[in-house]
Amino acid sequence: MSEDLVKTMADLKEEEALKIARERLEKGDDPLKILEDSRSAMEIVGKRFATGEYFIPDLIYSGEILKQITEMVKPKLTGKAEVKRLGKVVLGTVAGDIHDIGLNIVDFMLDTNGFEVYNLGVDQPSKAFVDKVKETGAGIVGLSGFLTLAFDSMKETVEAMKTAGLRDKVKIMIGGGQIDEEIRKYTGSDAYGRDAMAAVELAKEWIGGK
Amino acid sequence: MAKSPEELYQEREKRFNDAIELKVPDRIPMAFLFTFYPAKYAGMSFRDVMYDYDKAAEAWRKAIVDLDIDVYASPFSIVTIGHVLEMLDDRRFKWPGHGVSGNRSYQFVEGEYMTSDEYDAFIGDPTDYMLRTHLSRIFGVLEPLKTLAYLPGVFYMWLNSMFTLPFANPEVSKALEILVKTGQESGRMFAKGGEFVQEMTKLGYPTLFFSAAWAPYDYIGDFFRGTRGIMLDMYQRPDKLLAAMDKITPIIINSAVGSAEATGVRRTFIPLHKGLDGFMSQEQFKTFFWPGLKKVILGLIDKNIVPIVLWEGDCTSRLETIADIPKGKAIYWFERTDMVRAKDVLRDRVCISGLVPSSLLCTGSQQDVKDYCKRLIDVVGKDGGYILNGDIGIPDEAKPENVKAMVDFTREYGVYK
Repeated sequence: MSEDLVKTMADLKEEEALKIARERLEKGDDPLKILEDSRSAMEIVGKRFATGEYFIPDLIYSGEILKQITEMVKPKLTGKAEVKRLGKVVLGTVAGDIHDIGLNIVDFMLDTNGFEVYNLGVDQPSKAFVDKVKETGAGIVGLSGFLTLAFDSMKETVEAMKTAGLRDKVKIMIGGGQIDEEIRKYTGSDAYGRDAMAAVELAKEWIGGK
Repeated sequence: MAKSPEELYQEREKRFNDAIELKVPDRIPMAFLFTFYPAKYAGMSFRDVMYDYDKAAEAWRKAIVDLDIDVYASPFSIVTIGHVLEMLDDRRFKWPGHGVSGNRSYQFVEGEYMTSDEYDAFIGDPTDYMLRTHLSRIFGVLEPLKTLAYLPGVFYMWLNSMFTLPFANPEVSKALEILVKTGQESGRMFAKGGEFVQEMTKLGYPTLFFSAAWAPYDYIGDFFRGTRGIMLDMYQRPDKLLAAMDKITPIIINSAVGSAEATGVRRTFIPLHKGLDGFMSQEQFKTFFWPGLKKVILGLIDKNIVPIVLWEGDCTSRLETIADIPKGKAIYWFERTDMVRAKDVLRDRVCISGLVPSSLLCTGSQQDVKDYCKRLIDVVGKDGGYILNGDIGIPDEAKPENVKAMVDFTREYGVYK
């Protein structure tokens, strides 16, 4: 049963996965176990994305299936779902830029891979990143931007971390449409990630390296 | 003897067309798309050139003449859109003074402007859907239009009363008044745009395009369903998505052909957003993206119009598929696609443009720019078939000395001997 849910979800069979989840709930299965299986399925989805078998639409679709299962299970939850978190990440699109498609995909992938994500949203001044890092003690910061104006906003945000005395306490990754290794150097950040899976790999590497 | 502007105009057109037709021109042509670079270069604010037609003309003239490029894209209708956006209260945009902070570019606010259960209404009657549902959502001031009657339903004597009744509604009347005023403003803008083109023609510079078209998938994704919505539609309602794209494809072609014929510039810009590597599988690309886009490309070529297709992002994995178009009739403008692979696959098929990274133009040194352009000209410019441009045009934040280095280097090194 458990394998069925993991497999159908990982294979993006929406109707079948929802049907299995519903039947398990009706039979009195532990809702937490259903959520756990969903999470295992998402891990497989992530791996398939990393190996090039899956693409962004598959991620979005798996997220949609996960959302529906979570909503179905939620009312039956009695205990609190304790998910072990690998680490905290502060994420946002930098000042002046209102694009969020990439931002939200990275948020989703970090979340399903076990990170606690604080997504600030779009057009965020450097101060918002600094304040959130101070508040949460996050060790990782992700800066997103789609337009060329983001180059300077990212640089300013990295500098603001320095000024606040946080630069050696956080690892900073950047990404987005116009971002590349040149911009990593220009902004003084630690890494450039080409896609959402790169963000997950960087975050895991940084947390593990602590 | 110095060449006359008319001779220079003809020379530039020929250089540009030779590259498109995969002949070897006298040197690499330079055809640039600017967004706000000329404003920065002329010391004007972004808001200035969005709202002030004369200032926009002045800034563009300065950038084009100072760089002495071959072909330019006019700011009219791409940049000078402030008044019209504001008058319509266009909810799909944020721009300086309207949701974008400081001296920054306007930006598109993507959204699910059509819900998933509205496909049938769209497919059944796109004109009615646009008029009574879509316009009232995207333009704040046109909200009252949703009260209009459904035209095919008010035939015969009902037409007289049922059709006209909603126009008596003061809110509808007000919306129509705003449309009239906005139309007058658009008229002023296009008149200034026409003057600008005439002036540039007299100076010897041809224009790049005045019309635009879309891949049907992007049309539905960008303007109606949003990225998330259309991605889910590929799984949850693929037949409806395909039917909507089929419906809109001839409309996209006819509207671009109409604009190209009205302006006399037989080149059409097709910016692509959602078919790049990673944004869908190869199978999805071949099902949902390429067939519709190919119809648009062929539809334009059939009317003797050159499609200028901007493949945003990295499209390296699509190269073999997209090579399937008539030879020497289009431009494929690439952003991050691998230049070596692109030239390998497309050398006998289609002219390539773009590929100079924004990051380099904004943050690199002049020497970095020259080194990159040398490699670009050696690889992609070999035996013709390349037109110089930035990867997404010239970025707003480009260093002027870098843009000049790119142009000066290409003018010299890009000569075919």
